[in-house]
Amino acid sequence: MGNHSDGSPNHSGTVATAGQNDVEKFQDPGLPPHRLRLADTDPKAAKRAERQVAILFGVSIVGTLIFLGAYFAIDLGVDSTIATIRNQNLLLGLGTAFAMLGIGTGIVHWAKALMPDHEVSEERHAIRTEEDRQAAVRIVDDIVEETGIKRRPLIRNTLLGAVALAPLPAIAVFGDLGPRPDDKLAHTMWAPKDGKLKRLTRDPDGTPIKASDVTIGSAFHVIPEGLNELHEGKLNEKAKAVVLLMRLNPDSLKITPGREDWSYNGIVAYSKICTHVGCPVALYEQQTHHLLCPCHQSTFDLTQECKVIFGPASRPLPQLPIAVDAEGYLVATSDFKEPVGPSYWERDEHERRINS
Amino acid sequence: MSAASTAEAPFVAKTKVGRFTDFVDERVGGSGILREFGRKVFPDHWSFMFGEVALYSFVILLMSGTFLTFFFDPSMAETHYQGSYTPLYNVEMSVAYNSSLNISFDVRGGLFMRQVHHWAALLFVASLGVHMLRVFFTGAFRKPREMNWVVGGVLLILAMAAGFTGYSLPDDLLSGNGLRIIDGVIKSIPVVGTYISFFLFGGEFPGTAIIGRLYVLHILLVPALILLMIVIHLFMVVVHKHTQYPGPGRNDGNVVGYPLGPVYAAKAGGFFFIVFGVIALMAAAFTINPIWNYGPYDPSPVSAGTQPDWYIGFVDGALRLMPGVVNDFHFEYVIFGQTLTLNVLLPALVPAGIIFTVLFTYPWIERWITKDNREHHVLDRPRNAPTRTAIGVAGFTWYCVMWAAAGSDLIATHFMVSLNDVTYWLRALFFVGPIIAFVVTKRVALALQRKDREISLHGRETGRIVRLPHGEFIEVHAPLDEYKQYKLVGFESPAPIPAQPNEHGVVTRKEKRRAALSKWFFEDRVAPATPAEVEAAHSHGHHEAIEGTEQKSLSH
Repeated sequence: MGNHSDGSPNHSGTVATAGQNDVEKFQDPGLPPHRLRLADTDPKAAKRAERQVAILFGVSIVGTLIFLGAYFAIDLGVDSTIATIRNQNLLLGLGTAFAMLGIGTGIVHWAKALMPDHEVSEERHAIRTEEDRQAAVRIVDDIVEETGIKRRPLIRNTLLGAVALAPLPAIAVFGDLGPRPDDKLAHTMWAPKDGKLKRLTRDPDGTPIKASDVTIGSAFHVIPEGLNELHEGKLNEKAKAVVLLMRLNPDSLKITPGREDWSYNGIVAYSKICTHVGCPVALYEQQTHHLLCPCHQSTFDLTQECKVIFGPASRPLPQLPIAVDAEGYLVATSDFKEPVGPSYWERDEHERRINS
Repeated sequence: MSAASTAEAPFVAKTKVGRFTDFVDERVGGSGILREFGRKVFPDHWSFMFGEVALYSFVILLMSGTFLTFFFDPSMAETHYQGSYTPLYNVEMSVAYNSSLNISFDVRGGLFMRQVHHWAALLFVASLGVHMLRVFFTGAFRKPREMNWVVGGVLLILAMAAGFTGYSLPDDLLSGNGLRIIDGVIKSIPVVGTYISFFLFGGEFPGTAIIGRLYVLHILLVPALILLMIVIHLFMVVVHKHTQYPGPGRNDGNVVGYPLGPVYAAKAGGFFFIVFGVIALMAAAFTINPIWNYGPYDPSPVSAGTQPDWYIGFVDGALRLMPGVVNDFHFEYVIFGQTLTLNVLLPALVPAGIIFTVLFTYPWIERWITKDNREHHVLDRPRNAPTRTAIGVAGFTWYCVMWAAAGSDLIATHFMVSLNDVTYWLRALFFVGPIIAFVVTKRVALALQRKDREISLHGRETGRIVRLPHGEFIEVHAPLDEYKQYKLVGFESPAPIPAQPNEHGVVTRKEKRRAALSKWFFEDRVAPATPAEVEAAHSHGHHEAIEGTEQKSLSH
């Protein structure tokens, strides 16, 4: 920084010196003088650089041989292990890396050390000349004139109309990319079939769960009975129907009126599909009774009927009404009373329809 | 390399290459092109390489991707895995995941190709981003290159589209959850969201159509568009010729650098092999996307610490930052009997929308504010355009806050802090981070300009401390040579342009707004030192008489 021994105020220059003209500016001194490299003046250095380039190309040849060796010598037979594959991957990669880096660094070294390094200056030319511009404008004018589109508005207007409508068939065709949504999102497999209530079964093996198996503090990943037997659309159904089952001390549950018979002895079941954008809410914090979605950290409080207490979700997880059947197995007494998963435009409409 | 001289006829070429070139030229007539390009001058600077990295990564993506298509099967039909990775033996999965496992474990070199492809994709988007930052901060987007800046922005979006469609193809648990999130975001779109979701997935999520459809987009449509955009991009680079950094001998009327043949072509061509080599090294040593650890897609499980590929991170982070409920206000509410999901819709669309809108329109915004309609071929040093640099850093900070939010859970577990606190801090930074970044960057840029000015006025610090006869200690400053001096003073420092009346003699309200923005843009400025000021600085600083001889050389 400046050393103003006389203590005069430092002219920082932050104030504009308005209207700088060329006299007040420094003149461009032009390109600095070219500086010769060692290889330009010393033939020994040039020879050395030449050898270095050749060695780098040699490294590339070695790399290619390593690749070929690793490719043919290591056999991925029936009894190959992960370690074999990892080693082969490493050798193939190193071989390629040497092969490529050898060529690349060799060429760049060649260019930098031995090829002429005189910076040259080239004039820029205008992107267009005024003559071209005028000729082009004339051509465009002539073309427009020859079509007569300005004099014949009937042609112009019908053409515009035709072009505007022409994409409609394309939209219609794209409309068949998938079926209409209808109310598919409003129903899950939990709806009783032919009056028979669906049992809650373990994910993934599908064995039914007895109420007595569910001890306080435990949690089960649950799928509906019969899911594993599906062939068509199994994942579609699973994506809506997966449920988390947990047992809490019945006193700690705050139950709103109308849901008194949705739980059994402190056992509650909630949809596992996050109401935010649909990730599985797979993390259960036993101590705090919180459910956490690992994707975006929406947190739901189990004791308050899975009310959102943190994160981007806005709606509680839907509760599945459950009871116990004659054999002591947990069953769903009905489908969810609202659509599960992420919200969508028709969601509220569907919820009203379910509850009417 | 007698190729360039083939333009002159009739003659006999001296070398074999020359004779071959001549042979081709007589039949297809490429000598005009060679004459134009053979010795075309390209400026050289390390920061010009990012665009090259992007281009070369794309070439590597095409090559490795072609290999992968030979073995990949995009079907979502059910199958049971029979390959050599024993932990998943006989597990039910889709054919797509099955073939991805086969590529990894049963096709020789397949794992290497997958890793090359994934690393090259990550590098492709990264180098595009860094390249665009370079273009922005050096003002290379100014006239006549505004349209090429837009093409670059389109390329960035296409690159992200290519990345996401490819990421989803193996149909593993991680990418399946990514698709699940996309589905949730699409469903939040008012009126048509549910329909779009059903059309995209061919029915309910996940369905059996999505992988095949993404595959067609990933290997046909998106790369074709990228290729088209690259051609347009490079065509315009040729039309405009490359920009160059400011310095002695460089101005808007010339281009200083190395001729294409041989030295620039050798450096750029050699660089392709270096990029390839580095990607191969990463693919050899660092595992990327180990799909075999995740298992096939299943809507029920999800692993903690899920992360998208880095370039989608800022959208995912925005999704995480948005609160769904504030006190008792729910961001999802019912309007006219329909559900509006603002807690998903806003973070998914608004930040990305703002970033890309500003990105695409910025050249025109700046041109309007500065009324600068001249062609620019010499770049700005970022410090010499403090407001622009500050805007860029503010935007970048905003992006980075969202990007960091995509790892909020990992930040919490690695640093042993509360996840909720991390989110609260990031929410605050989302709003104040860009403002702090703007102010700090602008001050830093101005300070650097003042430093440049000091050096050009008083010379550089030599580190030599001299004691004067009356006891004062000073540090001796040595003047710069004229080339270095010119680098520090050879820039423009525009002043704000006040509002000007239009042809009717009226100062419009829009013009007043422009003037206010112009003032905001240019009012803090450090003018370059003028010869007169340098002269004055040397004559008043009596202590510098010690360096009298050097001083004379400067006052030319």
